[in-house]
Amino acid sequence: MTNFTTITAKPALEETQSCWSCGTMRAVHFCQACGKVQPPAPVDYFAYFGLPRKLDLDLAALEKDFYELSRKLHPDLNALAGSQEQEWSLQQSSRLNDAHRTLKDPVKRTEYLLKLEGVELEEQSKSATEQARSTGEIKKQIVPSELLAEVFDLNMQLEELRGQKKLGEDDPALIEEIGRQKLELDEKQEALLRELEYRWKVWDGMIQREQNGQPVSDEERRQERDKMVDVLNRRNYIRNLVRDVSEALET
Amino acid sequence: MSTDRIVGIDLGTTNSLVAFMQGESPVVIPGDDGSNLVPSVVALDENSQPVIGNAARKYLTETPERAVYSIKRLMGRGVDDIQEELKFFPFRLAEDLQAGEVLRIKLGEKTFTPPEISALILRQLKRNAERFFGAPVTKAVITVPAYFNDAQRQATKDAGRIAGLEVLRLVNEPTAASLAYGLDKKQNGIVAVYDLGGGTFDVSILKLHDGIFEVISTNGDTHLGGDDIDNLLITIALDDIQGDLKLDLRRNAEAVQAIRKAVIEAKIALSSRPSVKLDVALPGGKRYLREVTREQFEQLIQPIIDRTVGPCKQALKDAGLKPEQIDEAVLVGGSTRIPKVRALVKELFHREPHTDLNPDEVVALGAAVQANILGGGSEATENMLLLDVTPLSLGIEVAGGVTDKIILRNSTIPASATQHYTTQVDGQANVAIHVLQGERELAKDCRSLARFDLKGIPPMAAGMARIEVRFLIDANGILHVSAREQRSGKESEIQVQPSYGLTDEQVEGMILDSFDSAEEDFRQRQVIEARNEAATILAALDKGKKSAAWGHLTTDEKKKIAKMEKALVAVNAEDDYQAIRKAIDALNQGTTRLAELMMDSAVSTALKGKTMDEADMGEGPTAPHPMAKAEFE
Repeated sequence: MTNFTTITAKPALEETQSCWSCGTMRAVHFCQACGKVQPPAPVDYFAYFGLPRKLDLDLAALEKDFYELSRKLHPDLNALAGSQEQEWSLQQSSRLNDAHRTLKDPVKRTEYLLKLEGVELEEQSKSATEQARSTGEIKKQIVPSELLAEVFDLNMQLEELRGQKKLGEDDPALIEEIGRQKLELDEKQEALLRELEYRWKVWDGMIQREQNGQPVSDEERRQERDKMVDVLNRRNYIRNLVRDVSEALET
Repeated sequence: MSTDRIVGIDLGTTNSLVAFMQGESPVVIPGDDGSNLVPSVVALDENSQPVIGNAARKYLTETPERAVYSIKRLMGRGVDDIQEELKFFPFRLAEDLQAGEVLRIKLGEKTFTPPEISALILRQLKRNAERFFGAPVTKAVITVPAYFNDAQRQATKDAGRIAGLEVLRLVNEPTAASLAYGLDKKQNGIVAVYDLGGGTFDVSILKLHDGIFEVISTNGDTHLGGDDIDNLLITIALDDIQGDLKLDLRRNAEAVQAIRKAVIEAKIALSSRPSVKLDVALPGGKRYLREVTREQFEQLIQPIIDRTVGPCKQALKDAGLKPEQIDEAVLVGGSTRIPKVRALVKELFHREPHTDLNPDEVVALGAAVQANILGGGSEATENMLLLDVTPLSLGIEVAGGVTDKIILRNSTIPASATQHYTTQVDGQANVAIHVLQGERELAKDCRSLARFDLKGIPPMAAGMARIEVRFLIDANGILHVSAREQRSGKESEIQVQPSYGLTDEQVEGMILDSFDSAEEDFRQRQVIEARNEAATILAALDKGKKSAAWGHLTTDEKKKIAKMEKALVAVNAEDDYQAIRKAIDALNQGTTRLAELMMDSAVSTALKGKTMDEADMGEGPTAPHPMAKAEFE
């Protein structure tokens, strides 16, 4: 669910429109001639930073750009401007922060790109689980097949632990066993992140070929998208599991 | 002098301060009693006139039903939230309080909302600044605890408006403190700010990078501070008294306040002494005597200061950092003077904490720095920019009473999120949205911020409408909501029902003085002060004329001085304070040589064996201008 349906990999800085204040060419955010904040333009987060839709981002460069843009757009530095400019500064600055927050995080960045590509991700959020629980409907959860047996065992142990805690009992052996499994899950999460990083490189290579004028088939694009969706789904599943384990151990 | 001067205000639980940027460094503006701190105490005198600060303190013990302290604890809160506070604080709620109404506190025969009481404190600070500048002050940056929620922030902003201040920015207290520290140090690294004040605790972790102060994470407890230590000690004393003297003083407000005063003094003394003796006069001629050692004190307060550990660990976790990665730890708030608290901070962040700036003043100083940045900056603040975060997640209630988080805590502000809604039945014209703040999964466990009604949705089949609602947290940490029906492009009307807090109209009605009377008040005060000053300089001139130095002036110089003196006497009879001030300045200038000669003759008289006193320089014409006289420690 996103507003940004137009897909252009063209860097936003090339957009040509004139500055409301001095009339010269302007960037998406502020005028390079007179420095004035501009009304927000509907561009996606990648375009906001003038980036192509690639995933293996240079995070140091992103942070540098974020700081530089903050120095132009932040409301604190436009507090003496007219009320219209202040409003634009607020809008632009919130957009900058939203974009930075999304792009700097590996998972959010991938999810965002997939949304731009028209993929509706399986809702794995905790609130969705709670909602499903409270309304009684069964939530669709894709359990990664290689985890099925393991998850089943773990869930049984968690139930046992919760039951014991309710009675005020304490089984160190069980806690240790669950703790060990949690470490394994943490490692799996790490491994999935590596796998995701590998998929980024494949995706970025494909985008690069496209930019170089070589055609990329819809089928290839779809396959690459699906592979990333698969990694994310598995990762989300394990993340939720880790959270359940942590909660059971802590409470 | 610019009338647009922006001041920085620390509106504290226990004390409040106002500061501004003097040249390249921030300084605190003292009150007319010479004190930098204005105690956050408000009382009503015999004539039902409000008394603020040091002057109000005596009412706490003399007529406790006419005084209030720690009002910050009630800002932006409802009756249900404050049951705990009512057990420990002598807040007297208005008897006619209706359900859902903003709290009102009784002071004598009148009632006030918490923002109105805070506004009285703010107005006192505003007056102190105006007296200092000799010009009206209308714009301010006010600090709030980082962990304040939307309602508490809104209440603080309302207080500013009621006091006649345009609040340009609410700044988080620990972040403000880091600005004050950063101004001196100008270095890059990770800083942890531990802020334990009178009533609130905050911890913030920041990344300093070439003048950018980026908050990475923040956490805290808006009901944890020195107050809790005081209340614990009061409870122990009351129990002691009941046990030993068979005297139940719980309902004796005067006695409780006398004990409170004594335990606070003892607490402060124990930061520098190994033991103190409590000695309180009780009703019926008895005395409460007890010796407290620092060791006992530390044992007693351990559970209270331990409550700061969880938030610190959570802040580190949220920042993705280990204690070893913290480069600097900074202490803020009066309660960090307690050695045990300092030891805890050292343990938490593996760093000897900084104490170079006065922990009572550092937040106000930082607010002044931020005020300077907002006002266009100066050489000292060039390149400085604060990027703060929202302390609490923002959520929407979805089916089943569950919170769907749309902006997560520690997101850099301003931040926004867009949600889409549709209708459930054909022709449905309204959609209700419940906005929440907090980390819990169920809506009932989060703080209810507001209920919004989207109205005037054009008639459509169920599920056809596509309403886009945009939530935006501004740089003050305050939420704004806008909505649009996307199919028709119609802006939906939003009706906001804030769960707590004053409506715009209520705030309008509370504004302390209408603009005109505030201006008139200000003018009158200025006239009085200018006349006092004129009297001082004229008296000094009379003395000068009688001194030996007078004889050394040329006839021309004497004539000029006489002319200026005449001019001052003439304008002094009028009501134009600016004209009076101008004439004072002229006379000051014109008598520089006389003053120098007087100084010379004073020195030579002294050399002749006479004392300086006999030479009596008095307040010579070059004595510091009373308006500019400000001492900063």
